[in-house]
Amino acid sequence: MTPDILMIEDEPNIAEAVRFILTREGWSLELHDDGWGGMAAIRNLRPRLVILDLMLPNRSGAEILSELRAESDRSLAETPVLMLTARGQPAESAAQADAVMLKPFANDMLCEQVRRMLE
Amino acid sequence: MTLRSPTHILTGTRIRERRLALRRRQADIARAAGISPAYLNLIEHNRRPVGDRLVARLAEALEVPAAELTAGREEARIAALREAAARAPSTGELAPELEQAAEILARFPGWSATLIATARRSDALERQLINLSDRMTQDPYLLTNLHEVLSAVTSLRSTATILAEEGDVPVEWRHRFHANLAEDSLRLSTTAQALVAYLDGFETEGGIFTPQEEVEAWMAAGAPPIDKATDLASDAARALARDHLARMEDERAALPDAALAAASEEGDPLRIATRMRAPLDLVMRRLAALRPPGFEEAGLLVCDGSGTLTLRRPAPGFPLPRPGDACPLWPLYQALAAPQTAISAQVETPQQHRFSTISYATRSQPEGAFGPVLTRAQMLILPVEKAANGPAPVIRIGASCRICPRIECPARREPSILSPAPAVQGP
Repeated sequence: MTPDILMIEDEPNIAEAVRFILTREGWSLELHDDGWGGMAAIRNLRPRLVILDLMLPNRSGAEILSELRAESDRSLAETPVLMLTARGQPAESAAQADAVMLKPFANDMLCEQVRRMLE
Repeated sequence: MTLRSPTHILTGTRIRERRLALRRRQADIARAAGISPAYLNLIEHNRRPVGDRLVARLAEALEVPAAELTAGREEARIAALREAAARAPSTGELAPELEQAAEILARFPGWSATLIATARRSDALERQLINLSDRMTQDPYLLTNLHEVLSAVTSLRSTATILAEEGDVPVEWRHRFHANLAEDSLRLSTTAQALVAYLDGFETEGGIFTPQEEVEAWMAAGAPPIDKATDLASDAARALARDHLARMEDERAALPDAALAAASEEGDPLRIATRMRAPLDLVMRRLAALRPPGFEEAGLLVCDGSGTLTLRRPAPGFPLPRPGDACPLWPLYQALAAPQTAISAQVETPQQHRFSTISYATRSQPEGAFGPVLTRAQMLILPVEKAANGPAPVIRIGASCRICPRIECPARREPSILSPAPAVQGP
């Protein structure tokens, strides 16, 4: 089944909190915790929204985003992406994201951002 | 007024050369002179002035007359004065009268010493600033720990908000979130403590060194245990030292001391490699580390594909610049362009010391066939009388353009402070 959201995040405690917050709002969410299989997970699941951590092990969120935007399947390439970054400023490589949210974030702001992107 | 010789040698360099010639460790000489090995290292690299009384103690420890160590000191002071003037911000039309440096030194020694000391202090602060900037923006340890802090804080904030604001969190989730809070709190406190300790280290004197310099000082002191090594001030240097020891151990296992010492009678590293059926680059590194008969004064330079020196094991008399600088004529750099080919060349320093060198580069693809190609070159340096046989052209090299007196060198990239009429060629 196609989930509303695919979250690619390597920090399990953050992923767990976000899963709780967003699923309570009624959205379905799948988690993936590594950079390597991130793009394959997007292709397989075709979520309505990707929440993508910038700093992932093995392959950065920026690389996954770049590959996603270069997809020949336009509907897949245009999947909305919310980039989460732990850095002080959004990196240039996050420019292809539809939105960027800095860590640490407030739960209600995350919900609000996701709602805007899914509606 | 006397003109200085372009081939002067600084006092620190003389001390270092004398110590290496005696095959004495920095720690031994420092102890005999009543100073720390780290301070002697600074003196040997001409980073600290050395007063008359300390020169006398060092001279006694090095078994030479003090005058032999300080010969040319006047010339060194003139060079330092010229460098101070050259490094000063431009004052428009009022350029410093560089040609009168010797006269100024003779007439106003106190003012000259103040100017030189101020310039050196400025230089040290500038290096410290660059070092701090590099650490703040590029240091993997710092970046990793900051990322760790932000991740823990993010998790804590989201989890704590859920527990505080969501009234009906199921029991199993509540337990899980409490465990997560405990785990993240511990992670945050541990990481924060490590960061504070690391940032405290920035304030120490060692902060003006690069990690590579710290490792070189540690090696020069005989590579004492890492946890007791005062020369290894930074985490990065300790990590480098650990890597170095692990690599040395692996290479010693691959090419044991006794077998290498026996094969070294061949003289030529290529013949030794053939006899031992071992890669030439490994043989070169082991010869420089073991220094068996015939290779007692061997030095080794290793650089990566960018030309950056990653290992500097000095040979007595071979001029080494500060990290980040080098002479483009070193055969080491020719080897980068011709991997898997041994390049044999004789080189001559500005002090007319000759060395035989063998340079050799290797390529590897540690990430597989589609990964990046990594190149590493190394140059074995041997005093010419102990060199491998064979015809080799003599290349007139230096340490780096800044302190090289070869004014007409075709590879010059910046003016030398040793020239009253600097010449720059090329772009």
